[in-house]
Amino acid sequence: MDKRTTIQPTKYSKTWPLKMAWRDSRKSKGKLLLFILSISLGIAAMVGITSFRENLLAEIDDQAKSLLGADVEVRGNQPLPDSLMMAFYELAPEVSREVYFASMVYFPSTDGTRLAQVRALSGKYPYYGEIETEPAEASREFQNGMSALVDEKLMIQYNVSIGDSVKVGEQRFKIIGRLQKMPGQTDIGATAAPVVYIPYNKLDQTDLLKKGSRVNYLNYFLFSDKVDTTGKWSKLVSLADKKGYSIDDIEERKEDTGRAFRDLTNFLELVAFTALLLGCIGVASSMYVYTKEKVGIVATLRCLGMKSGQAISIFLIQVGIFGFIGSAIGSLIGVGLHVYLPVLVSEFIPVDLEPTFSWLAISSGIAIGVVVSVLFALISLVSLRKVSPLQAIRADLGQSGVRFDKVQILVGFIIFLFLWLLVYLQINHWLDAGIFTVGLLLTIFILGLIGRGLALLIKKIIPDSIPYVWRQGLSNLYRPHNQTSLLVTTLGLGTAFIGTLLFMQDLLVDRVSITGEDDRPNTVLFDIQTPQKEELKQLTLDYDLPVLQEVPIVTMRLEEINGVSKNGALADTTINIRDWVYDREYRVTYRDSLIDSETLKEGKWTGHYEPGDSLFVSISSGFAESLELEIGDELLFNVQGALVKTYIGSFREIDWRRVQTNFLVLFPEGILERAPQFHVLITRIQNNELSARYQQAVVRSYPNVSIIDLELILKTLEDILGKIAFVIRFMAFFSIGTGVIMLISSIVLSRFQRMRENVLLRTLGASSKKLWKIIFAEYFFLGGLGALSGLLIATIITTLLGKFVFEFVFVPDFTQMIWVTLAVTSMTVLIGLVNSRDVIRQSPLEVLRKEI
Amino acid sequence: MSAILEVSELSKTFKSGTREITVLDKISFQLEAGKTMSIIGPSGSGKTTLLGLCAGLDRASNGSVSLDSVVLNKLSEDDLAQLRNQEVGFIFQNFQLIPTLTALENVMVPLELRGEKNIASFAKELLSRVGLGDRYDHYPSQLSGGEQQRVAIARAFANRPKILFADEPTGNLDEETSNSIESLLFEINKEQGTTLVIVTHDDALAHKTDTILKLKGGKIVQS
Repeated sequence: MDKRTTIQPTKYSKTWPLKMAWRDSRKSKGKLLLFILSISLGIAAMVGITSFRENLLAEIDDQAKSLLGADVEVRGNQPLPDSLMMAFYELAPEVSREVYFASMVYFPSTDGTRLAQVRALSGKYPYYGEIETEPAEASREFQNGMSALVDEKLMIQYNVSIGDSVKVGEQRFKIIGRLQKMPGQTDIGATAAPVVYIPYNKLDQTDLLKKGSRVNYLNYFLFSDKVDTTGKWSKLVSLADKKGYSIDDIEERKEDTGRAFRDLTNFLELVAFTALLLGCIGVASSMYVYTKEKVGIVATLRCLGMKSGQAISIFLIQVGIFGFIGSAIGSLIGVGLHVYLPVLVSEFIPVDLEPTFSWLAISSGIAIGVVVSVLFALISLVSLRKVSPLQAIRADLGQSGVRFDKVQILVGFIIFLFLWLLVYLQINHWLDAGIFTVGLLLTIFILGLIGRGLALLIKKIIPDSIPYVWRQGLSNLYRPHNQTSLLVTTLGLGTAFIGTLLFMQDLLVDRVSITGEDDRPNTVLFDIQTPQKEELKQLTLDYDLPVLQEVPIVTMRLEEINGVSKNGALADTTINIRDWVYDREYRVTYRDSLIDSETLKEGKWTGHYEPGDSLFVSISSGFAESLELEIGDELLFNVQGALVKTYIGSFREIDWRRVQTNFLVLFPEGILERAPQFHVLITRIQNNELSARYQQAVVRSYPNVSIIDLELILKTLEDILGKIAFVIRFMAFFSIGTGVIMLISSIVLSRFQRMRENVLLRTLGASSKKLWKIIFAEYFFLGGLGALSGLLIATIITTLLGKFVFEFVFVPDFTQMIWVTLAVTSMTVLIGLVNSRDVIRQSPLEVLRKEI
Repeated sequence: MSAILEVSELSKTFKSGTREITVLDKISFQLEAGKTMSIIGPSGSGKTTLLGLCAGLDRASNGSVSLDSVVLNKLSEDDLAQLRNQEVGFIFQNFQLIPTLTALENVMVPLELRGEKNIASFAKELLSRVGLGDRYDHYPSQLSGGEQQRVAIARAFANRPKILFADEPTGNLDEETSNSIESLLFEINKEQGTTLVIVTHDDALAHKTDTILKLKGGKIVQS
């Protein structure tokens, strides 16, 4: 008979894989449920966190607006010219005006006089946040009559009550409210005296605005809608800037408020992405185990004539459908969390969230979930192509079951691109997203290597002399069907993410909380003459108040920058130096070292000046940046008549959060000691009554001393920072919870690996105690190694994030690390033991029948 | 009668570390259609390897196998799968039923794979023929070993194969069950005129076949 090399093609059924997928899933419910659980948890966390993040950011943004109280503030020492006012008005039709100046106020009822900051306000300002008063309605009503709001402490100090009057200039106002909190300034110099609010339209009647008065004119604007802040607006801003007005908007104010907002945004990005990755790990590990389980079935079906592609189709259909179900459940849980969690925990959440049910969040959650399921499952499923039908008659063949080939590498590459895209969608930066993704894959690779390395190491070094149960438990780490690489990778990655979030949240909360500490200064005494210094210090101590800082201050003016005077700068249009640089009075101090709130950014700090040497001063880096100053530039100061030539020796970054006297220019010791100077003393006063008594005592004995009370404005700032700290903690907690559940599901999945062997040991007569010990030994080493590897990676990630994103130096907290290691190891052991309880409690046959 | 299975100079070697192990060494034989043959020999003599090669489950290192005039060496994995689906039936020592499918579904699989319709009644007939007419909906885990092997026999004949390979079909069964399974296998084989190749340790079973191929150390020592 002639030999053939081809065969009659079989017309394979196209719908059979679908039918087979359904049939197979009926008896794989338990395993597929775990898969559904993994994906639904990952997606729930991602959808929940992403939605939360959007809401929280929006809410925090709204809160941030209360730092300014309006969208834009235009400030100058002259009223805004009509032309400019109209131009601003066109873009932002809602406007409030405020004028403030220092003036003596008089309380007729108690015959007290005090220097106060008088603020005359019109309009609906503040548009964001509020002026808090007692009673609350007073903040709005005071503009309607001859009424005033007075700083609560000032009222206590002068023993005046609501209904009494305060005389401002020539006009008496009825006090209708105690002022408790106001939006706005965070800098010390801004509120040099207690505040008294009066209506703007009654300002003329005070007769205080005379020519030459030092008055600040403010206009607060509320944008009508979304204003284009690039075109017409930015031109307007630069025009006003040239005319000497300073313009402040919310973004600028947020920047001034330091890193808190940026940190929060970065952290929430990290959290959302971490949650999704944890979902991916869950899917990938569950599919890896699931696929290994299916090798036998595929081999038999291959014997019966199934094509290799059909093998993948069957399980891909399952993954697609169950991935869809898992993602849909996850999306619903995520949205449910987002909608109902704030309701449940509203008492504990300091921000008002207005959650909305979002179809977009659900559909994108489902789409991402299905893609993640299919892609991460494919990496294991494509290996089923290679399952030989011979495995049906030789069970020992191809024990690994899953081998890497070109198609898997291609799938791996597609996953890389997908992750890159996902990260990009989170952080909107291609290069950073690429670096992050490569780093992540490298991490997985390293963890896999650690797992393999450990298996090999144990194989080499395990001594025969150790008791059987430990030897058996340890051998399980390298014998065929071992789960060392898989579990070390999943446990390691999970621990790495959890560890990173834990470390990061601690550091960030700590950073945000500095101003919230109990010893945060809130009262500054200015203009203390040298002979009064010691007496005032003693007085402060007598009131049981801490002297947190004492600083000498010398006032001076800047005559020349690199030989260019004000007139020279005005004449030369190429020089971009503004008038105020020369006009302002510089309050300068001298010290031999930098303080906590200062960090040397560039150059060298010289703490002591020797006569005959060049005099090097240190400049705030922000100030240097705005004037485009460089190290070595020459600054000529006029110190109350004496010209002092200095050179810029260093730039310092000043931490705004430390409520301290911070200086644009810092001199070394050895030159200003004999210059006319005054002193500043900083303290913290815990309650209003004590504050009032202390201030009264100071003013009575030292009328020349000004007291700046920062409590009112710091309250607004502290509120916001407190909320940011809460959000960071809450999101970290939420994400860590997800990570823990994900770890649990990975370990639960591992039960199928050892089931048959443990049943066999049981059949051979192993006692329950011995089996428990063997299982304990295996999971103890797996958990411990996974946790330690994960922490090592978390340390590296946190260090890198600290260096490149959040700008801090990470110092590992070893106690925390020990706790994390113990927690992950105990959890692994516990779940491992719970997993195996059936093997120990039930008859071997019963277990096998149930697990098939 | 023409040969349905022709094996010529067939060798199979494996690498074990640096050593090369020859499992089958230049085996040649022919089997005519409709005949029965048993392959016997001690453990490690290469019986199962030979069966795997003849059925197109594995690839030879040297030599050739032709099954129903199709040279297996030159076929791709998917072509081999098609050939198995069209012409080959299998019975395994450990039954190899799909644990997630019922008895009826297990029997239908080979036919469903090639898109045949209305096959349930035929599969039920086969199950009734092997004495499991009332166990259609049972999963493998709900059946005894003998019952599972009966389902496997029904499945093996479902695609009306030209040749049936049985690897130690009674190896996992007790004597009584083994006897009934053997009888059933030979009866249906005779009814359908299928060629039968059995790998076995059981001399009694081997003597029920037309030809015996005895292997030792990868070589034929008696045929």
